[in-house]
Amino acid sequence: MLLTLITFIPLIGAALLLCVPRSMEGAHKWFAFGVSLVPLILCIPLMIVFPYGEPGFHCAALVSWIPSFGIDYRIGIDGISFVLIILTTILTTISIAASFESIKEKEKEFYFFLLLLETGMLGTFIALDMFLFFVFWELMLVPMYFIIGVWGHGERIYASIKFFLYTAFGSALMLLVIFYLYFEAANQLGASPSFHFENFVALTLDPGIQKWLFVGFVLAFLIKMPLFPFHTWLPYAHTEAPTAGSVLLAGILLKSGVYGFLRFCIPIFPQAVIAFSPVLMTLAIIGVIYGAMVAMVQRDVKRLVAYSSVSHMGMLLAGILAWNLQGIEGGIIQMVNHGLSTGALFLIVGMIYDRRHTREVSEFGGLSKVMPVYATFFMIFMLSSIGLPGLNGFVGEFLILLGLMGHSIFWTILAATGVILGAAYMLWLYQRMMFGEVKVEANRELKDLNRREFHILLPIAIFCFLIGVFPYPLQKTLEPAAKQIVEYIQPHLTAEPWLASIPLPNENTSPSINNESNHE
Amino acid sequence: MKTFAWLIPILPALAALANGLFGRRYINEWAGHVASAAMLLSLLLAFICTMIALPQGGDFVPVDHDYYTWLGAGTLSIPFGIYIDQLSVVMMMVVSLVSSIIFIYAIGYMRSDPGYVRFFTYMPLFTFFMLLLVMGNSLPLLFVGWEGVGLCSYLLIGYYYDRDYAADAGKKAFIVNRIGDFGFLLGMLLLFWFTGALKFSDLFESAPSSFVYAGVPITMITLLLFFGATGKSAQIPLYVWLPDAMAGPTPVSALIHAATMVTAGVYMVARLNLLYSMAPATLFLVGVIGGLTALYAASIALVQRDAKKILAYSTISQLGYMFLACGTGAYIAAIFHLMTHAFFKACLFLGAGSVLHAFHRTTDVDVFEAGGLRKVMPFTRWTFLISTIAIAGIPPLAGFFSKDEILWKAFSGGHLFLWGLGIAAAFCTALYIFRLYNLLFSGEFRGTGEQRMHLHESPALMWVPLAILAFFSICAGWLNMPLFGYHGFHNFLHPVTAQGHHLAEHAIHPPILASEHLLEWLLAIGSVLVALAGIAFARLLYVWEPTLASRMEESFQSAFTILYHKYHIDEVYDLIVVQNYMRCCRAAQWFDDRVIIAGLNGLANSANRAADTVRKIQTGTVTHYALATLVGMVFLVVWLFLCY
Repeated sequence: MLLTLITFIPLIGAALLLCVPRSMEGAHKWFAFGVSLVPLILCIPLMIVFPYGEPGFHCAALVSWIPSFGIDYRIGIDGISFVLIILTTILTTISIAASFESIKEKEKEFYFFLLLLETGMLGTFIALDMFLFFVFWELMLVPMYFIIGVWGHGERIYASIKFFLYTAFGSALMLLVIFYLYFEAANQLGASPSFHFENFVALTLDPGIQKWLFVGFVLAFLIKMPLFPFHTWLPYAHTEAPTAGSVLLAGILLKSGVYGFLRFCIPIFPQAVIAFSPVLMTLAIIGVIYGAMVAMVQRDVKRLVAYSSVSHMGMLLAGILAWNLQGIEGGIIQMVNHGLSTGALFLIVGMIYDRRHTREVSEFGGLSKVMPVYATFFMIFMLSSIGLPGLNGFVGEFLILLGLMGHSIFWTILAATGVILGAAYMLWLYQRMMFGEVKVEANRELKDLNRREFHILLPIAIFCFLIGVFPYPLQKTLEPAAKQIVEYIQPHLTAEPWLASIPLPNENTSPSINNESNHE
Repeated sequence: MKTFAWLIPILPALAALANGLFGRRYINEWAGHVASAAMLLSLLLAFICTMIALPQGGDFVPVDHDYYTWLGAGTLSIPFGIYIDQLSVVMMMVVSLVSSIIFIYAIGYMRSDPGYVRFFTYMPLFTFFMLLLVMGNSLPLLFVGWEGVGLCSYLLIGYYYDRDYAADAGKKAFIVNRIGDFGFLLGMLLLFWFTGALKFSDLFESAPSSFVYAGVPITMITLLLFFGATGKSAQIPLYVWLPDAMAGPTPVSALIHAATMVTAGVYMVARLNLLYSMAPATLFLVGVIGGLTALYAASIALVQRDAKKILAYSTISQLGYMFLACGTGAYIAAIFHLMTHAFFKACLFLGAGSVLHAFHRTTDVDVFEAGGLRKVMPFTRWTFLISTIAIAGIPPLAGFFSKDEILWKAFSGGHLFLWGLGIAAAFCTALYIFRLYNLLFSGEFRGTGEQRMHLHESPALMWVPLAILAFFSICAGWLNMPLFGYHGFHNFLHPVTAQGHHLAEHAIHPPILASEHLLEWLLAIGSVLVALAGIAFARLLYVWEPTLASRMEESFQSAFTILYHKYHIDEVYDLIVVQNYMRCCRAAQWFDDRVIIAGLNGLANSANRAADTVRKIQTGTVTHYALATLVGMVFLVVWLFLCY
């Protein structure tokens, strides 16, 4: 019930928002803000009732929806979805607050779509019925399309269509695979067919067919992540979207791709996942380096951050593909971290855009002197993004690389270059924007953060520190779910970890490598 | 000890927090006092730790206490905890003592700077990370401190961020350090998968059984970790950031870029001496890199014109000595030199800062525009002279004992090549440091008349810290002298390296000159003579025969130019690494635009065109449709006919 409330209150709020007359200027944003606070507050009881450290799905509910097709409203959460739900409610509230001054036209519709989007995002993370999941998955798409297309900047139409086509293409294939699995389930399991995803997990699929199904299924998630070379919608969508759109896009929508991969792809197609994991790994690592390199030469701040996302998401996926507990846990933590730090960076960029209406790096310079508080926040989020120890980014990156090292030293070396390259483009960006003399006259009179902006950034900064210094509770929350994924994949692993091939000096006195590297 | 030891790093962190959050609004000109008070308290606690540990000497059982679990996944468990053994005690003392002195100095030095509060936010933050680095009980925690001090270094080098060269220098420092950290990180990860442990105590327990002596894995791991050390401790090939780092305020250069942070690499190697002892190939490389860096950097220091640059190259050179010592297995000698160096180099930097203060400059002063300062700045002059003698290696000052021990260890260990490098570097050291002293304080003032008018001795708040450091520059070396029990320092630290020595012993050929006392004396006298020769030469060139220097410069023009331009290494790096990388980035950008995006757009366009073509079939003319129907019918009939 709690989950249902959290998910649908934004939808109800959106409907109510339509009843607020257009003449009441300024009321819409406050109304939307108030509505978005409700799920956020409801997360507190959720955090109380959530059984930490226990495997399986919790807070589950099951209501028959379309019984003739075996479609149910089946929901439940584990550690991963739990964390992502909290992240979603936080970031939505922040996004709404961040739009107060930057959205001046069609406010009512804008907040309507934002609330609709929140329901879509939350629903995606709670759905256990594949059909229900698909509905929510598509529900994310539509509001974002309008948010980019109507309230975006510059080439917003191009960007929104690109975004829509890319993701819709993936979704279409995914739907086909879902139907195939549905009929296959009906064949194999007999009885009443259903879209319950655990039914799909129980299927025995021919490895040959499994590969094709996997390709069709996973594409939707890879595009959304986005994995190189499916990333090209991202720079456009990120750049042209309004701040709130960029924040939610980076913070949640990209995560939904990884989430789908973890939740559905791995359990349903374990063999195919293993078979394709060298390909995926290669693409992920290319993404790490390529994204960082392209980010280096961007002139538009938002584009730079967008390409940094490509780099980070590649790293994240690489961690998951290490197939050990450290890597997967690192990957999931990095989902949260990336949501916080990249989301915050988009807010930072949005705040300066509101003042100057440009995102060209060369238009800035010397802002530290004019806007010291802004500079401090920017510094914190930049450091979080480049994985400085003590902040959140390091925790995820460290675990990812640790897990990856247990998997393959080659990929680890390549992935770890991301640590250097990430520092290079971020520090350079910071230097060009914040250091030096004020060169452009218009920057001399810029106002530092106002109270609203300060309070938008403050909670994110606090979370960055908290996760950096006390990551263990978060890890404990995620551990059962991560273990579950390892268990799905473990029986299908064929290759030995590379370390097993290195001889030890004295087998009986040493802690055996095999014990250490067997991924729990 | 565990009940209060955590306060040692936390106190400066609290000061940083207080100054960072409330500095501008409430604390203002008291920021320096807040930081210094916190630092002194933490010094007091460190002193108490020392007083507990010192009487027990080698019998002191290391305190290893976990406060909470920081990270944990599967078999990985990294606590947030402290590890205090003899090595940590020494490092804690050095860090907190030098920090306290420099903080107090900085209250005077930075007084009129508009960024006073910011300065005293970053400085205690640095000390926090540095203390964490030396007190952390696991490698990842050491790494937190390691990167943390790197961050503070970045922030403080770029302290005058509105100047482009300062911002550039900060960025360069951070990125070059990140390149080193890349190696450190990989080494650490490998270590985990081989030993299953990252906590020092577990590591020391499991390492001997996890690695084959001189095997590939241990060699690779130690090499990677050492690569990290070359970044942080500014050794070849990653030393390039340190000279630029002088763009920061002088107390920063003294504390971070001379006394403490840059020695982190030496500390790390000494901390993990067990691992290094098992990898003789790495040790050999450590020694060679150290020796080469010592000589190389000293040679550059000979001709630089900026006082702080000279001292920066001197620091690189002295760090080289420390690695040279590590390379010969003399970790304790390295730590000994680390300690004495911290005092006399901090004193030198602060002395240079005092000169800058007199010149009303912030970061650089051309030594050829100074001269004759001994008359106006007596305190600065005397303290500077003391530390100059100390670094030159004249007994009974501190530098002599530590440097001589390193050279003796190299010689007696049979590393004659390294010893040769060390002696050559010792000559250069004496030469460049007295060149600096002579140019600053001897002779007549060469600057403008206006500058001369403003010259003044620094206030007591600045020269008292100088005097304290000068005192330690004199006495710190005696810790290892008969006075305090022969090799007292050595015996105290012995347990830290005992296990490693034990492991290495069976494989290392016995030192060719086990303990020849006479030879040790002869070598000591020899190195003193070398140092004296350097001093005399410097005196000759810059005081007795000032024209000789310029004549030499003319006759060895090309050599001088190369040295002055630091062997053009910065330019080479820029050309090879930076330019090529940027070229690759632009290529990637081109690929993204012209191949991926254009390719996919092309796909979309061709779909569009195909649809366009097919659309034309729908002409809307009934006769066309009738014709199509007819053709279809005929085709069907023929096809059916053929099939049956």
